Amino acid sequence: MQLNGCIMTAMDAVFRALADASRRKLLDALHAENGQTLSELCAHLAMTRQAVTKHLVLLEEANLVAVVWRGREKLHFLNPVPLHEIYERWIAKYERDRLQALSDLKQGLEDNNQHN
Amino acid sequence: MEKSTFVYVTFIRTTPEKLWAAITETEVPREFFWATTLHGEIRAGAKWHSTAPDGTVVDGGEILELDPPKRLVLSWQHEMQEEKKAEGVSRMTYTLEPKDGMVKLTVLHEMDRGQSKFIEAVSNGWPVILSSLKTMLETGEALEDTRTW
Repeated sequence: MQLNGCIMTAMDAVFRALADASRRKLLDALHAENGQTLSELCAHLAMTRQAVTKHLVLLEEANLVAVVWRGREKLHFLNPVPLHEIYERWIAKYERDRLQALSDLKQGLEDNNQHN
Repeated sequence: MEKSTFVYVTFIRTTPEKLWAAITETEVPREFFWATTLHGEIRAGAKWHSTAPDGTVVDGGEILELDPPKRLVLSWQHEMQEEKKAEGVSRMTYTLEPKDGMVKLTVLHEMDRGQSKFIEAVSNGWPVILSSLKTMLETGEALEDTRTW
């Protein structure tokens, strides 16, 4: 019971962290270029340094962002492990190919629309 | 110098000793690592390599630092695909820290070159391996995905 309680708490933190557009934007920025400093992250986003710092703390607590010190520089990395755990929990192996096919179809149709 | 770096963190409900035993176990196929087997002595300076179930050498290197059950640093070179092997030797650090009754496992994999194809390839593998290692230590069984090559 205790074990389940703790697993839920960790997963709750992930979903709470993801339930915010600014934090998702920060994850997008790290996905585009991993290992950025706070200043680099601030440069591309229309957010104050304080706001970015606050969001990064929440992302770190949810384990969606991992931090590595290189000398005096604090680098932020997107940590996809919790997302993989969500994926493993709800997306069964046999569903993957169909989901990929659907996703490809959607992307293909949307690309076509843009060209017309 | 330009670097390619990936960092992965997972929290596992286990002890540092059990986690250490799982990542340093040799001569048995690892359920959390696509049934590959780790070979070699676990001591600083010793050479290691891993093999697929058919005996093909997958990766190899040297144990650079060893501080059980806290830190393990390996040099790591891919051996199967020429293009990735040609990139040379990467560096892999496992850090284990007890935290709130769990162990925080950090995996840092880096290579001294930008846009490394090898680092890009392992970056797809590590999240799967670590999810599976966590599931194995917490439930007794690794994820189905990683139990076979």
